[in-house]
Amino acid sequence: MNSIEVKNICKSYKDTKALEDISFEVKKGEIFGLIGPDGAGKTTLFRILTTLLLKDSGSAGVEGFDVEKDYKAIRRIIGYMPGRFSLYQDLSVEENLNFFATVFDTTVKANYELIKDIYVQLEPFKTRRAGKLSGGMKQKLALCCALIHQPEILFLDEPTTGVDPVSRKEFWEMLKKLKDKGITILVSTPYMDEAFLCDRIALIQSGRIMDINTLEGIILKFPKKLYAIKSDNMYKLNSDLKECGMCDTVYIFGEYLHLTPKSSECSGLEDYLSEKGHTGIEISQIKATVEDCFMDLMSRHGSTNNE
Amino acid sequence: MKKFWGFVIKECLHLLRDYRTMIILVGMPIAQVILFGFAIRNELDSLRIGILDNSRDNVTTEITSKLLSSGYFILDGYFNRHEEIEAAFEGGRIKEAVVFGSSFAEDILRDNRADIQIITDASEPNMANLALSYTSGIIQNYAASLSEEQQIPLSIGTEVKMLYNEEMKSVFMFVPGIMALILMLISAMMTSITIAREKELGTLEVLLASPLKPLQIILGKVAPYLLLSMINVAFILIVSTTVFGMPIRGSLLLLVAECALFIMTALSLGILISAISNSMQVAMAISLVGLMLPTVLLSGFIFPVENMPYALQVFSHILPAKWFLIIIKNIMLKGTGFAYIWKETGILLFMTAVLLTVSIKKFKIRL
Amino acid sequence: MNDLIINTENLTKKFGNFTACDNISFNVKKGEIFGFLGANGAGKTTAIRMLCGLSQPTSGHATIAGYDIYKDTEKIKLNIGYMSQKFSLYEDLTVKENIEFYGGIYRLPSKEIRERSKKLIGELGLESVQNKLIGSLPLGWKQKLAFSVAVFHTQKVVFLDEPTGGVDPVTRRQFWELIYKAADEGISVFVTTHYMDEAEYCGRISMMVDGRIAAMGTPKELKGSFNVGSMYDVFLHLARGTK
Repeated sequence: MNSIEVKNICKSYKDTKALEDISFEVKKGEIFGLIGPDGAGKTTLFRILTTLLLKDSGSAGVEGFDVEKDYKAIRRIIGYMPGRFSLYQDLSVEENLNFFATVFDTTVKANYELIKDIYVQLEPFKTRRAGKLSGGMKQKLALCCALIHQPEILFLDEPTTGVDPVSRKEFWEMLKKLKDKGITILVSTPYMDEAFLCDRIALIQSGRIMDINTLEGIILKFPKKLYAIKSDNMYKLNSDLKECGMCDTVYIFGEYLHLTPKSSECSGLEDYLSEKGHTGIEISQIKATVEDCFMDLMSRHGSTNNE
Repeated sequence: MKKFWGFVIKECLHLLRDYRTMIILVGMPIAQVILFGFAIRNELDSLRIGILDNSRDNVTTEITSKLLSSGYFILDGYFNRHEEIEAAFEGGRIKEAVVFGSSFAEDILRDNRADIQIITDASEPNMANLALSYTSGIIQNYAASLSEEQQIPLSIGTEVKMLYNEEMKSVFMFVPGIMALILMLISAMMTSITIAREKELGTLEVLLASPLKPLQIILGKVAPYLLLSMINVAFILIVSTTVFGMPIRGSLLLLVAECALFIMTALSLGILISAISNSMQVAMAISLVGLMLPTVLLSGFIFPVENMPYALQVFSHILPAKWFLIIIKNIMLKGTGFAYIWKETGILLFMTAVLLTVSIKKFKIRL
Repeated sequence: MNDLIINTENLTKKFGNFTACDNISFNVKKGEIFGFLGANGAGKTTAIRMLCGLSQPTSGHATIAGYDIYKDTEKIKLNIGYMSQKFSLYEDLTVKENIEFYGGIYRLPSKEIRERSKKLIGELGLESVQNKLIGSLPLGWKQKLAFSVAVFHTQKVVFLDEPTGGVDPVTRRQFWELIYKAADEGISVFVTTHYMDEAEYCGRISMMVDGRIAAMGTPKELKGSFNVGSMYDVFLHLARGTK
């Protein structure tokens, strides 16, 4: 049984195409991640699925309801957390929560069980105005408000953007617990490293889905050999590798460079670098990361941001 | 119903948190009434006039002395010929000229009526209108006392403008105008801004994605402002009756009911504005230019509608404030009952119904 | 000492009872890429505001490009570049207008502005869009341009507050290549980020926890001292330790 079914959705604003022929399904009870940078079309897709925006063509359904015909039914069963912080900054934590509870004809008490884990972290600040909370706390409050009516599906549009790595990790731990309670979660993020927390992911760029799979599935499909390389002068290493003509791609990756060689082997590379005066050279073949896959797909879809 | 109250509570909290706005909303009406009442007194003081008396009998002399002793006018000089009047106006020496026809007293006694020509410098229309009203008021007073004396109805032909404002206190003319202005400001502008604010801050996105119906959102947002506006009405009425001795000659209940109706009209205008604007700035600009300016300038608040060019007179019909002013003046100053103002009330009701329907239709269920 | 572009000693900022920055001392050398990490609310923004001359410290000393942050705030503003994800360029001006506008703010002679604008547009390959409104460009282009504009007028130091948030992975790397290039030309770069891989690109890193600098050093030193494999673990170790 699928919670979300999207078939061939297109959406344009004036002459820019925001979404081109998007199709995917989200199974009941899974965490599905939409991964891509700002401007990829994630928010547009979320707004179409949450019945806030009309698509140009294609069809989309949430829990069997059509996003246009049955919008009222959908609005009753979804929890939505928009990308921008969308709570009342001048109201306190408690007041925000109570307000959203009444909007859905329910009370905080009746749903306390579901939000308890998250709310206990907010409780010390319950009289503080939402606008004065730190980034991580704001996200937790927004999640509480989206959960207050026990939705069947959660739509979380970039919940972790601008949030520090520790708060992000905590946020994802919460999502895992919600999943265990049977809630389907569609979440978008520009942070590629969050992919491993999703059951399945879609990589989205420039309004198109480049690939949909489990994380392992996507990584297995990486078509080339990938090497991590480092030396004592990384800046020079980067420019030397780009000039040498032996590599297809060279990208900086934390303390290493990731490169895909043109030929199947990169045996000559170490000698070449020594010749160039590099010291402390380390080369090893590695498994691709989501980010490697994303960049590889980007180049094949011809949709890098430069030309 | 619970949703509605939840909304009202939330909206009241917004208002209370933003104490600066709150102070302005409650303080402004009182400040405005006092400001207009004391500072911007629209009264005549020592206006220079000239007199051409072709009759020079006891009646004209008496009228002249009544005019000059009123304190509003200062005599610049007597004219001998009609041509001199224009020269005096052109030289800027006088702002008003009073011309008595020949054999004035005889006409009155014989035909029971006589005519006076009053010429004013209409390059300052407001002043001119005021001077005209004052002059005719004094002349009518005199005519009335004369009729009593002679036991026969007499009339002196001038236009009567300030019949219901015998004491000629300008504050009486302003209070209804200020009321219209304040109610417009708070009801229309504040509602349009508060809804536009939800759009701008993105909170409307969450509300729209919830099962709330547009009507529920609108009613919940508007209710606190209805309350606030009614409180302001009370303030304005208290200040204007106690400080300036303004009368409420008609039914207070009717007055309050009409105010509530006008507030509803203004609120629905505010909702309509918010439906077509996407940011607080736009909502504010539309409210100011589209509502405040016409209310101040064209409703009859400052400039009498009768003095406007025909096109503007026609335009003034679509201003709710114009009808509201007529209603208020009728109730407060004339003391008339509903029978005399049902037409104006009907117009306001109709406007409210149309505006509400349009704005609820226009209120988008999507982004 | 001229090599120290940023030098702070016991810099402290209090808001009432709350100490946002507590005795911060560090320095940034010429041409160094200095990473300024910390959890949300750890005091990073407060520190940056002080260093940019936008807010007066409660106590402590600091000089930016040789200017005192108490006395010479106006001179500091002329000698630093600043960009953040929230504020970078004017959306309703064209590419060219934006560049020229910022050149104008920093009182460059108009001939120089023209020459350097042209060079910059060429380097970034923006000739075809130079007369388009900034608002119509993809985020990645905007951020690269914003950075170039920030270093356009300055030879000293540039402050980058989460410059790459939400940018696609390829552009993010191109952005860092721009940073490297600027640093290579002698500009000091002071950068905050939530991408832990980007922390590895910095020459040195300071980790702020609850208003204090909890650790400082090269990425290698930090990883070594906590005996962990990545900057992410270092971050986790330090920030979690506060709870």
